[in-house]
Amino acid sequence: VAMAGNAWRSMIHTVTMIPGDGIGPEISSAVMKIFEAAKAPIQWEERNVTAIKGPGGKWMIPPDAKESMDQSKIGLKGPLKTPIAAGHPSMNLLLRKTFDLYANVRPCVSIEGYKTPYTDVNLVTIRENTEGEYSGIEHVIVDGVVQSIKLITEDASRRIAEYAFEYARNNQRSSVTAVHKANIMRMSDGLFLRKCREVAETYKDIKFTEMYLDTVCLNMVQDPTQFDVLVMPNLYGDILSDLCAGLIGGLGVTPSGNIGANGVAIFESVHGTAPDIAGLDMANPTALLLSAVMMLRHMGLHEYGKKIETACFDTIRDKKVLTKDLGGNSKCSEFTADICRRVVDMD
Amino acid sequence: MLKPECVGQPSIGVVSVGFSCRPCAVQPPPARYGGRHTVTLIPGDGIGPELANHVRELFWFCCVPVDFELVNVDSSLTAEDDINNAIMSIRRNGVALKGNLETNHNLPPSYKSRNNLLRTSLDLYANVMHCQSLPGVKTRHRNIDIMIIRENTEGEYSSLEHESVPGVVECLKIITRVNSLRIADFAFQTARQNGRRRITAVHKANIMKLGDGLFLECCKEVASGYPDIAFDTLIVDNATMQLVSRPQQFDMMLMPNLYGNVVSNVCAGLVGGPGLVPGANHGEHYALFEAGTRNTGRSIANRNSANPTAMLLASCLLLDHLKLPAYAHMIRRATLSTVTETRMHTADLGGQASTSDVIKSIRNAIQSTGPLTQSI
Repeated sequence: VAMAGNAWRSMIHTVTMIPGDGIGPEISSAVMKIFEAAKAPIQWEERNVTAIKGPGGKWMIPPDAKESMDQSKIGLKGPLKTPIAAGHPSMNLLLRKTFDLYANVRPCVSIEGYKTPYTDVNLVTIRENTEGEYSGIEHVIVDGVVQSIKLITEDASRRIAEYAFEYARNNQRSSVTAVHKANIMRMSDGLFLRKCREVAETYKDIKFTEMYLDTVCLNMVQDPTQFDVLVMPNLYGDILSDLCAGLIGGLGVTPSGNIGANGVAIFESVHGTAPDIAGLDMANPTALLLSAVMMLRHMGLHEYGKKIETACFDTIRDKKVLTKDLGGNSKCSEFTADICRRVVDMD
Repeated sequence: MLKPECVGQPSIGVVSVGFSCRPCAVQPPPARYGGRHTVTLIPGDGIGPELANHVRELFWFCCVPVDFELVNVDSSLTAEDDINNAIMSIRRNGVALKGNLETNHNLPPSYKSRNNLLRTSLDLYANVMHCQSLPGVKTRHRNIDIMIIRENTEGEYSSLEHESVPGVVECLKIITRVNSLRIADFAFQTARQNGRRRITAVHKANIMKLGDGLFLECCKEVASGYPDIAFDTLIVDNATMQLVSRPQQFDMMLMPNLYGNVVSNVCAGLVGGPGLVPGANHGEHYALFEAGTRNTGRSIANRNSANPTAMLLASCLLLDHLKLPAYAHMIRRATLSTVTETRMHTADLGGQASTSDVIKSIRNAIQSTGPLTQSI
């Protein structure tokens, strides 16, 4: 149901909050504090996500978590631990399957004040997240010979391409580049490429280019400013999105969003649970905060997003209360308080 | 026993860096008649032909005892006669120098990548790329010295694809114990011969448990036989992140085909770009040398602006392989001093020199060091 801009903005929106494990709870509460200081119209519904066995023996997420997400459609998630040999698939995988989170979006923008050898990075990686090399289909053909299957389908390729162009249009990005290796994987990446080209035809206002994966890597580390929006299949997306995160400072400062079917979107921090510093008030909430900002933008609440993002960047640029990973020795609570103060001062 | 290949010189003289790398496989010496070697030369597309000419002229200038057998491969033809001729020539001569062959990826799958065909037919299972920071080349990171060993024949490049159901394509990635053991052994032996202390295997075994799992298992098995060399593993996405933030932590990296493609291009970009780094492809019986990142350079072809460094350094690797170290050293020294001291830089390095300017500078450098050259 379309809602007029002001009506939407004056509503209180429910967001499912999944704090996660390790440092998850502390960074989630940091984000909630900052949102409160900014008076953002968000009502948090906290849910925990653990793997439980449903009827029929299939692993699934708890029904109350699913129900909350289905209702609110928007989620913010902290890091979840991936147990080894727990008998069930990773929680991230379960979430992905439950909500058909087909697009992983990572905007990588250089953070002024957090210096890396790369300045002026401003690109977005859009990664197909359901198929490709991560289909999980592997066989031992004969002893000592293993085959892993990479699956590329017309539907998934078209869907991700459409999302990429829509994203570019909605976010005033001028070009979309499809990343592939169709010279070697002619049929699979060729299919992906063809779908991208087809979709590009219907978005004449956006420039479309194609580039080999190796050329992208080669050029990315020399001059990342030449890239805008990148769309690609699963594996290349995994590698490139992490490479780009490395350009701006790592997973501790990189936001990420997962877009699913039926309007569901889950924004998350992609770093680990950091069990060694959990509960010690040392964690850096930047990644989760920037993901929350991405979420606000996705919901159309741009002014709140801008306010919180500016406060966060100002705190980092100021360098007075940085957490350890950013080069300071302040506590998470001090970092959070500084951002809250700036947000309040902006009003 | 462990002799480092690099010989560091004080900053005043030419840094005689060990761009050469002696691979481990014991190969029979290539064909040699009348004291002269015959080497297959495949110019390729884009900037390939002009650079191949420069190599030929420079070899003539330096009186290198190498005769090139020129084999042209027309990549626009769908028939495979040209590439088969090239393969036959390389089987005959044992060694080759090549430029990159363009692959039109809009053609149907029956048209295979010519470069890949060469590598798989000749079983050139090891791709070696040595990425080193060069003084005088402006880059964001300094002191990089990484040797990349990449499995070159299987993995994602097996070219086995089918459309099982309309709209659903399956592409097979093959990992075998035999090839994984082979490349791991090559890596460890090469590490030993070149004084490398640590090998990092790059993989994605948390997702591709069987495939990359097998690769890792083989690497670990081989590693146990080389206790003098440290061995660790790294997931590919983390590896790329580490490379762009702190590339100095890596010594030698070992990986399957596709990750090798990504990592070698990242490393080449970090040390200054595709114009600087040569690449070598080794098999049990044959060796093929080329520019490391395998670019055609179509957009700068025939403009006298391409950087000849990578191709010339590749030709030096070729000379090392032919056991002509004096010529290799002479040309390598002159080429590197042109980049690092004279700083005659082409556009890709931020300079304004043309290819011929660079070649002229290299010839002058060679002439001034004294050995007999043709008079020109």
